Amino acid sequence: MSGLGTVEPELQLSELDQSMGQPIRGPRALDESWSRFWHLTYNIALSEFKLKFFGSALGYLWQVMRPLLLFGVLYVFFVLVFHVDRAKGAAGHVYGAQLLGSIVLWTFFAEATSGAVRSVVDRESLVRKIQFPRLAIPASVTLLAAFNLSLNLVVVMIFAVIAGAQPMLSWFELPLIILMLALLASGIAMLLSALFVRFRDISPIWEVVSQILFYASPVILPAETVRTELGHGHLDHILYHVYTLNPLVTIFQQFRHAMINDATFSAGQIMGSWLALLEPIALVVFIFALGFWVFNRQAPHIAEDL
Amino acid sequence: MTVTLDRTDLARPLALAARGVDKRFKIPEERSHTLKERALHPLRKRRHEQLHVLKDISFSVAPGEFFGIVGRNGSGKSTLLKCLAGIYKTDEGRIWRNGRMSTFIELGVGFNPDLAAYDNVALNGIMLGLSPREARSRYEKVIEFAELEEFQELKLKNYSSGMHVRLAFSVAIQVDAEILLIDEVLAVGDAAFQQKCFDVFIRMREEGRTIVFVTHDMSAVTRFCHRAMLLERGEMVMIGEPEEVADRYLELAFGREVEYDDFEVATPRMGDGAARVSEVWIGDDRAEKRAVAPQSEPLTLNVLVRFNEFVRDPEVSVSLFNEQRQPVVVATTSAEEEESGGFQEGELAVFSFSMHNMLAPGRYHPMVTITRRGEGLDVIDRFTRDMSFVVTGLSASGGMVEIPVQTAVDRWGVLPAEFVQPARGSK
Repeated sequence: MSGLGTVEPELQLSELDQSMGQPIRGPRALDESWSRFWHLTYNIALSEFKLKFFGSALGYLWQVMRPLLLFGVLYVFFVLVFHVDRAKGAAGHVYGAQLLGSIVLWTFFAEATSGAVRSVVDRESLVRKIQFPRLAIPASVTLLAAFNLSLNLVVVMIFAVIAGAQPMLSWFELPLIILMLALLASGIAMLLSALFVRFRDISPIWEVVSQILFYASPVILPAETVRTELGHGHLDHILYHVYTLNPLVTIFQQFRHAMINDATFSAGQIMGSWLALLEPIALVVFIFALGFWVFNRQAPHIAEDL
Repeated sequence: MTVTLDRTDLARPLALAARGVDKRFKIPEERSHTLKERALHPLRKRRHEQLHVLKDISFSVAPGEFFGIVGRNGSGKSTLLKCLAGIYKTDEGRIWRNGRMSTFIELGVGFNPDLAAYDNVALNGIMLGLSPREARSRYEKVIEFAELEEFQELKLKNYSSGMHVRLAFSVAIQVDAEILLIDEVLAVGDAAFQQKCFDVFIRMREEGRTIVFVTHDMSAVTRFCHRAMLLERGEMVMIGEPEEVADRYLELAFGREVEYDDFEVATPRMGDGAARVSEVWIGDDRAEKRAVAPQSEPLTLNVLVRFNEFVRDPEVSVSLFNEQRQPVVVATTSAEEEESGGFQEGELAVFSFSMHNMLAPGRYHPMVTITRRGEGLDVIDRFTRDMSFVVTGLSASGGMVEIPVQTAVDRWGVLPAEFVQPARGSK
């Protein structure tokens, strides 16, 4: 054998890849082919969606009914009994539409994040049997939630128009609002699905955290009500600042303002200045980056750790 | 790690090449599965036991080659396949490929029982690496090959398992990859479909596709493979001609040399030798060389037969002789099934005879006879070698067998005194 001898592998191998062909590096979160990642994500989400849509006799109706039922309960309790809509700064007659809009956005966030927790573990057979960009799994959960969101938003806008909302130029802000929400949700989805492989108590922990987030976001209480109801002490100030750090506050509040009624405070007004919006936006970017980093680190070993 | 290269590596593009592949699995001694445990015991050192599954494996597969990877259970062959497929990350070493690759580790990955064939074919095809358009355009061919034209509208959960497998296999072979990694998916479906699968593999081989095939079916290895590799405990034992590898595998699997030749010299054998009994053993594990068969437990007698030429429908019969050379049990395969099928030249087969052990304690010698069906006296081989086993147990009535016997007493009453005869010897 006319061997080339033993050489430093790193040096040698990088040159070698050209002559030996395409290296097989094992599973990763994403690989070279974006189209494969997208096809997989889209088709997994689509087949799940089809199952929900055609799976039962009433099919899609249930998908719409869930946020509507939650809306009904909250509306009766907080509007008809506690008159939250008449609090200082609340939006009056369009409060119902705003409540429904926030619920629908929240439903997307909850579906994308809670649905992602078990997603990788539940698709064990895929992970252990074929090679594919692992990120397709949590991404498909987010995408499925997005399919539902887009249909639910149609219902919200019909509701809003009936309630008296006027068409506004600010409706064009919707893609930006949804983008921020989707980045946040998919960042958390990546984080949770990767951590759940190793720590199974992520599931109950996230249930509690998302309960807290639900009440710490302007779903029931508009942000301006929180601001006016809080006092002016030093502690109140800090508390309010923590409250506004939650990116969901920015997202939901801006939705209420831009999509339903521009008399409602915008996210910028809530924060004090538009510049202050950089805080929650930076947080969203950070969570997304963190989620991807954790998932990417975990991806090569998911098949073994399951 | 050091990587040694050969000039031939660089001369021609290989379909698949692995150099110094090493894989370990961590087995945590106490697996902490929760954050809580981690938070409560942050300083507890987590000890890992390492399982060294693959040790420095290097090999190359040329384009168009049908390459077999064989080994016993736990030898690492499936792990190696998963490393090749990119499902596991190797700890050390490198793997390269040239060409589109597809993996069949399991058929029907991602099939959803609530969807109909069309959606599943599309989804599965995409998962195997097709674009959605390609996957959909192949649907007709898939259904045709699977012979499921009439069942297209049915949801998959209403398919029989055979239909399920047929559909999955059809999707898999429609993926026109240049390199195929196959893990023993052949052992599925009915005989006719299996033959169809074999035909496909032969066709793919003729088309010049590169196939890496993991199996422990030695007859498949010798039938299909150009070359084969034998793994044992994560180490590469040999790469070579399929026949040599198959022989070496059998040695490993059965614990010692298979002594066809010695044996034939040692004993004058009856029969024409178209097939030879290589060995007879009891129990499940040949390597264990069990010599004791406890009474009233299941007893299996296995006969390893090597066919030296094609034999159709052989009958194998076993007679168990006790120490007095009396046949106690005689069993024939023909009593069980109509035909045992054709056996190829070079094929190895194990015929098993299972029974409930009702033999009386003592030593037993089996005699095995292979004959051609319907020609009772046309003996192919007779095995009377000095193999024996001992039946142990407490139930030793003195009979030749210990068949459970129900006993009962029915009292008919007492006879009048005049009918009672005095017992002999009594006064």
